[in-house]
Amino acid sequence: MSVAKPLPHDAAPLHVAGTARYVDDIPTPRDTLHLAFGLSTIAKGRITAMDLDAVRQAPGVVLVMTADDLPFANDVSPSIHDEPLLSDGTVNYVGQPIFAVVATSHLAARKAVRRARIDYAEEPAILTIEQALAANSRFEDGPRIYEKGDAEAAIAGAAHVIEGTFELGGQEHFYLEGQAALALPGEGGDMLVHSSTQHPTEIQHKVAEALGVPMHAVRVETRRMGGGFGGKESQGNALAVACAVAARATGRACKMRYDRDDDMVITGKRHAFRIAYRAGFDTEGRILGVSFLHHAICGWAQDLSLPVADRAMLHADNAYLLPNARIESHRLKTNTQSATAYRGFGGPQGMVGIERVMDHAAHVLGIDPVELRQRNYYAAPAGGSAPHTPRSISSEMKENTTPYGQVVEDFELHGMTEALLASSDYATRKAAVAAWNAANPIVKRGIAFSPVKFGISFTLTHLNQAGALVHVYQDGSVHLNHGGTEMGQGLFQKVAQVAASRFGIPLEMVKITATDTAKVPNTSATAASSGSDLNGMAVKAACDTIRDRMAASLAERHQAEVASVRFGNGQVEVGEARYSFAEAAALAYQGRISLSATGFYKTPKIEWDRIQGRGRPFYYFAYGASVTEVAVDTLTGEYRILRADILHDAGASLNPDLDIGQVEGGYVQGAGWLTTEELVWDDHGRLRTHAPSTYKIPACSDRPEVFNVALWDGQNREDTIYRSKAVGEPPFMLGISAWLALSDAVASCGDAYPALNAPATAEEVWKGIRRLGDGI
Amino acid sequence: MKITFLLNGETVELVEADPTATLLDWLREDRGLTGTKEGCNEGDCGACTVAVSDADGTRALNACILFLPQLHGKAVRTVEGLGGSHPVQQAMVTHHGSQCGFCTPGFVMSMVAGHAEGATDHDTQLAGNLCRCTGYAPIIRAARAVESAPKPDWLATDRAFISPEILRGEAAGRGAEPPSSPTSSDELAALYEAHPDATLVAGATDVGLWVTKQLRELPKVIFLSGCADLKEIEVTDTHVRLGAMVDMNRMRDAVAPLHPSYGEMIRRYASVQVRNAATVGGNIANGSPIGDNPPALIALGATLHLRKGDTRRDLPLEAFFLDYGKQDRAPGEFVEAVSFPRQPDRLKCYKLSKRFDQDISAVCGCFNITVEGGIVTAARIAFGGMAGIPKRARAVEAALIGQPWTQQVVNAALPEFEVDFTPMSDMRASAAYRMETAKAMLSRYFTEDQGQLANVLEVRA
Repeated sequence: MSVAKPLPHDAAPLHVAGTARYVDDIPTPRDTLHLAFGLSTIAKGRITAMDLDAVRQAPGVVLVMTADDLPFANDVSPSIHDEPLLSDGTVNYVGQPIFAVVATSHLAARKAVRRARIDYAEEPAILTIEQALAANSRFEDGPRIYEKGDAEAAIAGAAHVIEGTFELGGQEHFYLEGQAALALPGEGGDMLVHSSTQHPTEIQHKVAEALGVPMHAVRVETRRMGGGFGGKESQGNALAVACAVAARATGRACKMRYDRDDDMVITGKRHAFRIAYRAGFDTEGRILGVSFLHHAICGWAQDLSLPVADRAMLHADNAYLLPNARIESHRLKTNTQSATAYRGFGGPQGMVGIERVMDHAAHVLGIDPVELRQRNYYAAPAGGSAPHTPRSISSEMKENTTPYGQVVEDFELHGMTEALLASSDYATRKAAVAAWNAANPIVKRGIAFSPVKFGISFTLTHLNQAGALVHVYQDGSVHLNHGGTEMGQGLFQKVAQVAASRFGIPLEMVKITATDTAKVPNTSATAASSGSDLNGMAVKAACDTIRDRMAASLAERHQAEVASVRFGNGQVEVGEARYSFAEAAALAYQGRISLSATGFYKTPKIEWDRIQGRGRPFYYFAYGASVTEVAVDTLTGEYRILRADILHDAGASLNPDLDIGQVEGGYVQGAGWLTTEELVWDDHGRLRTHAPSTYKIPACSDRPEVFNVALWDGQNREDTIYRSKAVGEPPFMLGISAWLALSDAVASCGDAYPALNAPATAEEVWKGIRRLGDGI
Repeated sequence: MKITFLLNGETVELVEADPTATLLDWLREDRGLTGTKEGCNEGDCGACTVAVSDADGTRALNACILFLPQLHGKAVRTVEGLGGSHPVQQAMVTHHGSQCGFCTPGFVMSMVAGHAEGATDHDTQLAGNLCRCTGYAPIIRAARAVESAPKPDWLATDRAFISPEILRGEAAGRGAEPPSSPTSSDELAALYEAHPDATLVAGATDVGLWVTKQLRELPKVIFLSGCADLKEIEVTDTHVRLGAMVDMNRMRDAVAPLHPSYGEMIRRYASVQVRNAATVGGNIANGSPIGDNPPALIALGATLHLRKGDTRRDLPLEAFFLDYGKQDRAPGEFVEAVSFPRQPDRLKCYKLSKRFDQDISAVCGCFNITVEGGIVTAARIAFGGMAGIPKRARAVEAALIGQPWTQQVVNAALPEFEVDFTPMSDMRASAAYRMETAKAMLSRYFTEDQGQLANVLEVRA
């Protein structure tokens, strides 16, 4: 069976040959036009005059569009229609698109843009948390608050109280392929759009609104993205809509791709947070109550900020049973890029909060940080791995519930933690680190463990659905389509493995095809790690429908029971008869049996009230654990990640090698977020780190020199596709252990808790060392 | 301009080439070779990497900041030209080295170029290629797996390529008017003296960005890549002389045996692709306050050799940098070479940046302190990133010279940094961090000189 095999990415042979096509590689008509946006240069104000004559006269310019030239909706928001494609006269951040140039080449369009003369009446910009709070500039009327028990009372009565505040920076996606779209006008007002998007249906929806046509007039196709990471869930709307409007206006194909600097200046990034915490612990290190205050910097438009900030709240517990908890979340509106989805979707920010609390508490209580974490873990399910320190579920704790009331039924971390501590030789290395630090005055080492428990499902419940379309041709070859998009994660291969397994045929007989809104409608974004879970099940349903029809037909032909028809090894067996799958398909065709079917899936068991903060938002949880060791130069704060050991739970993996790829890549990306990836805006709201020359994602040598990654040998306790688990986002948060290891190394420089901010750049680490040295 | 080169085994002759058209745009837009990707258009991500060969070997270069005239007489190989059969390609599939696949052609070409040269320092070879998906581990596994795989047949052909014009005895690009590609420093001197408003293009790792990012028009350009005599390296018993067109990788090979710390600093200077293009002369002449090479050269006591027409003059390198954006260079005058005296190795170069590899320094401190009989007898200390120019720490030097080489003397010299420098805050570092780490580098120099560990890059798991 194809499922569970460690096959390479389906497009890998094309990737390495340079023949895998991305939007900008698609051959286009000779007269294709190219777009570029003119961008605002102030953070907040009104446009008082706009002289675009020189732009219009620039070589190669065919059309210049402002908001007044848009025939229908001027909106590219994925949520509340607060994001005009082109400025309506107000300016809300540096880099906001104001006008669009349509020219005969990409370079001509870029050059023409710079000839614009725009006058502004500048207004005070809101750039900081303080400024936003002072102006009560926020989304929603006030903070969201989720509560369980009485946190303040529990903290007040605790033997140990810890508190602190730290900054947690945002993150640029830095997908290697920038945003891109291509619109090809068809007959009768139809529009075909190729978009580098995680959400073709959203593109279809926004393009239809902008063209004033029904959705049926717009077809969106996405074969692949050169990386997404959440940055192409909503941020591709502007390019696709602009191209479609220009294509409608000119009757010519229109293409747009952002130059890298424009991409970083225009598009949203991960939400930066400030997190304040107060927590009470008993003398044995068990948490009694915790209170979090989240301030999320959401930027100028709402985009997806509410569910992002919600998910941060939903991960404020991470792996720990919090008897009493209060999480207060403010979603601040600022004159910066509209922060958007990014791998983990707020979950990482919430998780860093509680990991900081555990780390801080372990330091104050003098308990090993792993030991303290284990004492606070959720209880294991009956029949599951034995808890490290069995906690009383019967009396005091009663329920194994999250702060939002979901019962944790699948907690895997007790066994995973023990296994990882053993495989990483944690105890020995912890002692070796202490010995090293005693002997070395300048270079210090640190080691830290962190667990991950990540909730799987869209918190907007209705998004948890997917469709598929499967055709079997009379030669037995299979055409596979579903609503998920391929951004490198290997979704297409995993789903193809499902299809091949359902029909019992070799993978080569399954053709993977581009995501297409005309084949599967009303799709959800490929996001929330849900791609394989949702689309795998939808494809399974479609395949099973066809398989059942073929089986019934063959059973009738052979006067056999339907249940006795078997598919496997490329063959179909009915009693003594044996057909190749191709022969069976041909027979079905000749028997006038439909060999095409749709499949549909909706996630069971979930329901969620995001205002009350109550329900079961998640079908299940995915787990992981990591141990990271670092070395820090205390003279300058420079550091290296020396080693990482990871054990990750992908359930019964659909493809272990692709899943390990997600884990390795996720860890490095997560560690990058918390270490070298620093976004810097100046006092005027200008992003100063808008290119890879200034924004530093991990390079090759930044990966841990020793990097041991393994998958937990388990299966999903819920009935997911072949009992696998989602694996896109959860490993990202394994990188938290790198940040904690830096804190551990810094802690060896003094007695106080290092209280690092994130990202812990060399300068931030150096500041932490100085704080300890100065006894601050 | 008329340009001839070999593209994937096929001779290409461009009669009316736009002198500032980049190879990347030409490949993608004119030739339809879309395997080479644009990731950043500034030479920082490596998605556009191609392999360029000549008689000296095969090198990885960023096509996005490579102007077509720079390729004259060379052989270019893109991912399409591998035919899908290079061992690197299969290894990348087998080891899951691609996920989204967008950076992959660039990685493949860097690995192909490294493989062609027998390189096994994969982290260094691939420092100029960014991948956001894999975490690099599977790519390194692929690179290791093919270390001893046979080299492709096309390699010899590419390296043996001699442009048909040269065979015909013609010299392309020469002429009295820019755009032009002179073939010697004498020709260059005459041309530039006649056209002092022309833009000199050496490796285009800086000028390339004027075109791709600032969208500047450069009507008069003079390409130096044909000036063979400017590429000479001279190592004698008394001095090392580096021609202006010596690229940073060749320079690294020359200086690393003499001054290992210098070599290691240059290993971290940009990336293989950028170092293959960037030149010693360009890095000095552009006057950047954050170029890493001038502080090292100043610490070594380097002399700059300038030329205008037939007139040559020498000056201490530090004297060339007058103020931010202002150098002691007359119109029509160009950097011909830089030289420094042979000396016992006392040089340490400390490059501080947000990321270790392929990052611009926040601070680059270079220390060359001579101790005889326990007394500091000479000290040359120079910094990048601490002022508007690469600058010597003369007050610090003065506080050390003639003093015993002790921790107390070092500590006493630290306040002198504030006499020498008033650094600024920017996105790379705060002023305070720059100042305090500059001081810390002197402490590190002293500590390392005592044989103690003070370099995190020397720590292993």
